[in-house]
Amino acid sequence: MLVNLFLNGEAKTLQVEPGDFLLDTLQKNNVVSVRRGCESTSCGVCTVLLEGKPVPSCSLLTVRLEGKSITTVEGIQKEAEKLAHYFGLEGADQCGFCNPSMALTVYAMKKELKDPTIETIKSYLVGNLCRCTGYQAQHIAILHYLEDQS
Amino acid sequence: MKAVNIITPSIDGQGLMMGKPGYTNDFSDKNSLIIKVLRSPHPYAKIVSINDSEALKLKGVECILSYKDFDRRPFTRAGQGYPEPSPHDKFVFDEYVRYVGDEVLCVAAIDEVTAEKALALIKVEYQILESVLDFESAMNHQSIIHPEPEIHEMFPIGFEPKKNIAASYQMHIGNVEKSLAQCDVVIKESFYTQAQAHAMMEPHAVNSRFDYQNRLVLYSSTQTPFHVRRIISQALNFPLSRIRVIKPRVGGGFGGKQAIHGEIICSAVTIKTGKPAKLVYTRKEVFESSYSRHPMRIDMTLGADLEGHLKAIDCYVLSDTGAYGEHALTVFMVTGSKVLPLYNKVDSVRFHGHVVYTNHTPAGAFRGYGAIQGNFALESAVDMLCEKLKMSPIAFRQINMIKETETSPIFAIMGEGTEGTAMNMETCKLEFCLNRGLELINWQKTYPRIQIDDHTVRSVGMAIAMQGSGIPYIDMGAATIKLNDDGFYNLLVGATEIGQGSDTILTQIAAEELMTTVDKVIVYSSDTDLTPFDVGAYASSTTFVSGNAVLKAAKTMKSKLVEEAANYFNCDIILVEFNGEVFTQIKTKDSITLKALSNRLYYNHDQKQLMVTESYVGHKSPPPFMAGFAEIDLDTETGEVKVNKYVSVVDCGVTINPKLAKGQVEGAIVQGMGMALYEDVKVSSQGKLISNDFMSYRIPSRNETPELITEFAISHEPSGPFGAKSVGEIGIDTPPAAITNAIFNACGVRIKTLPATPEKILMELRRKNHEN
Ligand code: FES
Ligand code: FES
Repeated sequence: MLVNLFLNGEAKTLQVEPGDFLLDTLQKNNVVSVRRGCESTSCGVCTVLLEGKPVPSCSLLTVRLEGKSITTVEGIQKEAEKLAHYFGLEGADQCGFCNPSMALTVYAMKKELKDPTIETIKSYLVGNLCRCTGYQAQHIAILHYLEDQS
Repeated sequence: MKAVNIITPSIDGQGLMMGKPGYTNDFSDKNSLIIKVLRSPHPYAKIVSINDSEALKLKGVECILSYKDFDRRPFTRAGQGYPEPSPHDKFVFDEYVRYVGDEVLCVAAIDEVTAEKALALIKVEYQILESVLDFESAMNHQSIIHPEPEIHEMFPIGFEPKKNIAASYQMHIGNVEKSLAQCDVVIKESFYTQAQAHAMMEPHAVNSRFDYQNRLVLYSSTQTPFHVRRIISQALNFPLSRIRVIKPRVGGGFGGKQAIHGEIICSAVTIKTGKPAKLVYTRKEVFESSYSRHPMRIDMTLGADLEGHLKAIDCYVLSDTGAYGEHALTVFMVTGSKVLPLYNKVDSVRFHGHVVYTNHTPAGAFRGYGAIQGNFALESAVDMLCEKLKMSPIAFRQINMIKETETSPIFAIMGEGTEGTAMNMETCKLEFCLNRGLELINWQKTYPRIQIDDHTVRSVGMAIAMQGSGIPYIDMGAATIKLNDDGFYNLLVGATEIGQGSDTILTQIAAEELMTTVDKVIVYSSDTDLTPFDVGAYASSTTFVSGNAVLKAAKTMKSKLVEEAANYFNCDIILVEFNGEVFTQIKTKDSITLKALSNRLYYNHDQKQLMVTESYVGHKSPPPFMAGFAEIDLDTETGEVKVNKYVSVVDCGVTINPKLAKGQVEGAIVQGMGMALYEDVKVSSQGKLISNDFMSYRIPSRNETPELITEFAISHEPSGPFGAKSVGEIGIDTPPAAITNAIFNACGVRIKTLPATPEKILMELRRKNHEN
């Protein structure tokens, strides 16, 4: 069946099977930046923005996304680059597997919350697991990114 | 220094954050066959029959491979140098399955749905065998896990499969029994450490195809591409020269990707069908069918005199390697060799033990590699001894621990599966680490405890640790540097970037020596066709071994450049000065830029390609050291432990990249904390894994991360590149002992079986209160 949705602002018509999840649909359509880390909606690596809100794409049935707007990291390249700059300064990036999903979640948080503290950042991002960094450097980098108004 | 020991962002972080393709699965062929593995539902069984006729009829099923399709060629998946210190006890597929999740056969089909459907149609009949699920009764059990005749050890490792023993070892210095008999105070305690899962975010992945030269090309998420190439060739009897293994970006390894996982099956499918194929583990497979940390029982006996001089250490280890013996001997030996030298002033030491087969998911390499287990036992036992001596655990360590310029006879005796290498500690800043840590955690104020409210106690605990920097005389790393026109360089290394930042720090080392900036050194790593050899990312070897190789190559390149400049000036090389950009003839003051010289060499005069390759094998393995301190709040009503703060003061020599080094320590601390408090691979009484996703196997989340305070001692290791030692593993070692020591200091409960869950703490607290 066909589903019409907006991917990074562009209208797309996608051929899908009824049981396809968005993660699979995106991978089939060569969007490799959205990756899989689990089958139980518990790692956050597959995060996309659905109407601006972060959600695990492995739990979204594509057929239910008719008319919806989906953002992947390809849609927020400038912000991802900026966040990467602050991650780089803190050594907050290691294997990077969690990072595109982190960029999307941080971007959504920036739009949603005013002046978040470390504690609010932690709870907003709690669904984005990272096994490499121990998290603290990420939080410092995110604070610096949020302070940067440029 | 211009490029080393200064803040340098990782060279690849930005691209990865922006979602650029980088990982194994991003490079799979669009037409790949999808491979799915049928896995054993039984902990131990013999396959009686396989009926795959219905599955083969299914449209889109390309092939089904089982033990019937392969010669019996035993190998080990361990991913170590050759000959391996692990027994060759694995076949591609076998007639026996030895744990729930073991490989029975594989299906390759045009898509995932078809492959799954095919799996469901295959009927396998098993003869169920008596399984061995308790590692303490595995030795000499009537059920033998590896009865097959073809398996063997590569050199003596104490392999006795008929007794379910994968490896064993023993050594002693002095006479422990005699020393203990003379001690004023002796403690003898048993400690248990659990299986821990690596839980790297990227699941194991591999894909393969034949290229236009009819060579087998694999992308693999591996820590050891050169070993992978060799082992595929051995296991499938396929020419080594026709295999190329490319390791793209790896999404975390921690030792879990040192071994071969899907590579052989994937290669076999491509060889059988001629078609591209891919195999990506599900998270369940990562938990159930890859590796975990070796669970151990460690019996530790310590003896001291009344003044608090440690006189004797006797350590027996029983280690559970699960169904296959990957890393069986070496992990167990590290439990002694990278732990016991911490206390080098003893009269006698004994270290001995057995590694047994069971019907559990196999154990393998995992950051810490035995040292975390040994450290928990020794550093807990030391605090228990201090309690008995009525002595401060800090004062005790200050008297007894290893110091700079000193040595331990253990270094010469114990290596990794072989003899060790004698060495003196040219750098050991443990004293500084200890003292600085006391300040940072505010030990004086909190030790042993402060009552916060009627059910919350605050306390502190600590431990010291050491690790190594590669395996001397065995681990080899090599680097090639090539000069390009315009005066920039390519750096080709076998070293394996897996997220720890090796590409970045090796670039920094080359840039420093060549007096240039990191953007002028273009690194490419881990491609068996294009880069020189390196053993891979394990044993904390990259900074030290691969780093020294890069430094050597950069030095040689520098002298070649000066030679070419002297040629140009028509003078002796001693008259040439080079500052990274310009060569100057010091007498005539003539000069030529590197850019002009390299263009000249490419296009105009004396044309040639300047390219150098150097290799490095360590003659020692200078240990990094650290002191770790935990501040916890313990709730005496719930048994809940909250780690407020973790202080790490680390001596890893000069940090090539201070922020990335800090990241290595902090990431490892949090993994160690997980092991100390809740991470636990749980198996049912029927041998089935219970903890097989991120719900049932909890890894630390953001909310549980304490404040991490990490500092580095000023230290310069003469044998390391620009004074560096390695730093990848040391961070994981201290949390189990430091946190359980803090728990004891808080409430008098001694946790000797990890993890230290609220239930265990509460139960012990109740028992203690009952006794009083
Ligand atoms: S893949 Fe893990 S949450 Fe979606
Ligand atoms: S950087 Fe590896 S999972 Fe986050």
